[in-house]
Amino acid sequence: MIRNRKKEALVALVLIAPFAATYGLVFVYPTIDMFVLSFQKAPLIGEGRWLGVDNYTRLPGDRRFHTALWNTAYFVLLSVVPGTLVALGISLGVSRLSGRLQALVLALFFLPYILPVSVVFRIWDWTLNFQFGIAMHIFDLVGIDRIPIFKVTDWFMPAVAVITIWWTAGFSILLFLAGLRAIPQEIYEAASLDNAGTWTTFRRVTWPLLWPVTALVLTIQLILQLKIFDQVYLFSQGGRPNDNLVMVYYIFQRAFVNNDGGRAAAIAVVLFIMVIVISVLNFQLMRFSERRS
Amino acid sequence: MTPAKAKRYNVAGAVITIFTVICAVLWAFPLYWGIINSLKPEDEVIRPYIELWPDTFTLDHYIFALTRTQIGTWYINSIATALGVTVLTVSTSMLCGYAISQLSFPLRRPLWWLILASFMVPTQVLIINHFVLMADMGLLNSWAGIILPQLIHPVVIIVYKQFFDQVPKEFREAAVMDNAGEFRILFKVYLPINWGVTTALSIVTFIWAWNAFLWPFLAVTKTEMMTITVGITQVWDAFGVYYARQLSAAVLAGLPVALAYLVFQRRVTQAITLSAGIKG
Repeated sequence: MIRNRKKEALVALVLIAPFAATYGLVFVYPTIDMFVLSFQKAPLIGEGRWLGVDNYTRLPGDRRFHTALWNTAYFVLLSVVPGTLVALGISLGVSRLSGRLQALVLALFFLPYILPVSVVFRIWDWTLNFQFGIAMHIFDLVGIDRIPIFKVTDWFMPAVAVITIWWTAGFSILLFLAGLRAIPQEIYEAASLDNAGTWTTFRRVTWPLLWPVTALVLTIQLILQLKIFDQVYLFSQGGRPNDNLVMVYYIFQRAFVNNDGGRAAAIAVVLFIMVIVISVLNFQLMRFSERRS
Repeated sequence: MTPAKAKRYNVAGAVITIFTVICAVLWAFPLYWGIINSLKPEDEVIRPYIELWPDTFTLDHYIFALTRTQIGTWYINSIATALGVTVLTVSTSMLCGYAISQLSFPLRRPLWWLILASFMVPTQVLIINHFVLMADMGLLNSWAGIILPQLIHPVVIIVYKQFFDQVPKEFREAAVMDNAGEFRILFKVYLPINWGVTTALSIVTFIWAWNAFLWPFLAVTKTEMMTITVGITQVWDAFGVYYARQLSAAVLAGLPVALAYLVFQRRVTQAITLSAGIKG
């Protein structure tokens, strides 16, 4: 077939132009601007002046930055692996069901994921309400003292992690179910002919064959939870935001509360680099394990 | 399997099934609890014991939310911005995905790498610069200002390219024989074949945009320009300390996406697994 190269390139240009224009405006330009801003002393809106690396060198001695970094790591620890295991357990249970029952049970587990964070916040704020929450009635029954969960620093992150797992598990469950469906039934039949028990079958068949999906879920969760903001912000309202800072929250606070665009941008760059490094490392790991298998 | 073993297996299986169903019910219980309390009168809501079913049902809180607060305006803002994000994201991504999949042009590879790379970039770190940019353009407190920074969804292009790649080459060759131009090929051949994935991507993009919190929260300071996810948590005097009212507003905010999911369950599931890079 003869192709008119010039014409084809022109058509391509027309097709790409709308995307390229939006991407340039709201992605490429802001990313470059973030790096530039991080080397300036600048308010959020208005002219800044060149400062050099000061915004970065101040970070190691910044107490709020320490809190944000530590809390983010703590939150990742509390949510990523536990959340993945919970989702795996649920999907193993759901995959045994069939027909309408499976669809119904899956929908019950999945529904929270589809909801806006504000709704999740309202529901849990109500469920865990110090005076009237149903959880506190249960605390009373069991004989635990009531706790104003979101006002106590020690309880805050674990509670938000549990809520986040509840909220986002649906996504991981879908991926696990797709992975489980991809395992050929014959392998299980062979295993049962060999008289392999449930646990042995899981350890020798399901787990290794499901590992690529598990790795994918872990990575997606890790990157997602590094960027946590919404839940922490909402549950901190009227509480102790400075104790509950996470990275994105601190960027928000520096920029929009302290009107310090330059230092906020420096924190943003740090988070940006963290996420990119983890993504690249993970990509390499996946490629490595793919080549090995 | 020996009969005794098969029987034991069946009992164990039934126990696991029942356990899974109980877990599912408990999992969804907070949702039920939120909805049922929004239908109780306020004095029943704050009774000091657990009542799983209301004595009296009332729609008062919903009527209050719909008539005495700005929730109607927030609804309109949410619908307009979520639709804007969906239409713009899906249409620009479709055109670009087609070009990358089917046409050869200079800088095709670098463009594809840029899109794949942007998949990794956390958009949350760009909030400062998005804010400055939208302020410079005079778009804060406007629909356009809420929409524009939400148009970064590289995954939509990636999925489109995969699907366009899978269309058999014969379709294209036949169309070219008929002297069809690229636009005709795209809209008469490639798009109809991939109608399902277009629907799926549109629904999830709409859900993402409806659920967006951080950016709409920053882009808007006037209560009449807020989206519903921002409005119900940021306007304190709208509902007062009436738990049932707050819950009714939350139910209203979650209803459209919950319905979208229940109606298009299969499509939503497909799009979400696709967005994670797993073929559905």
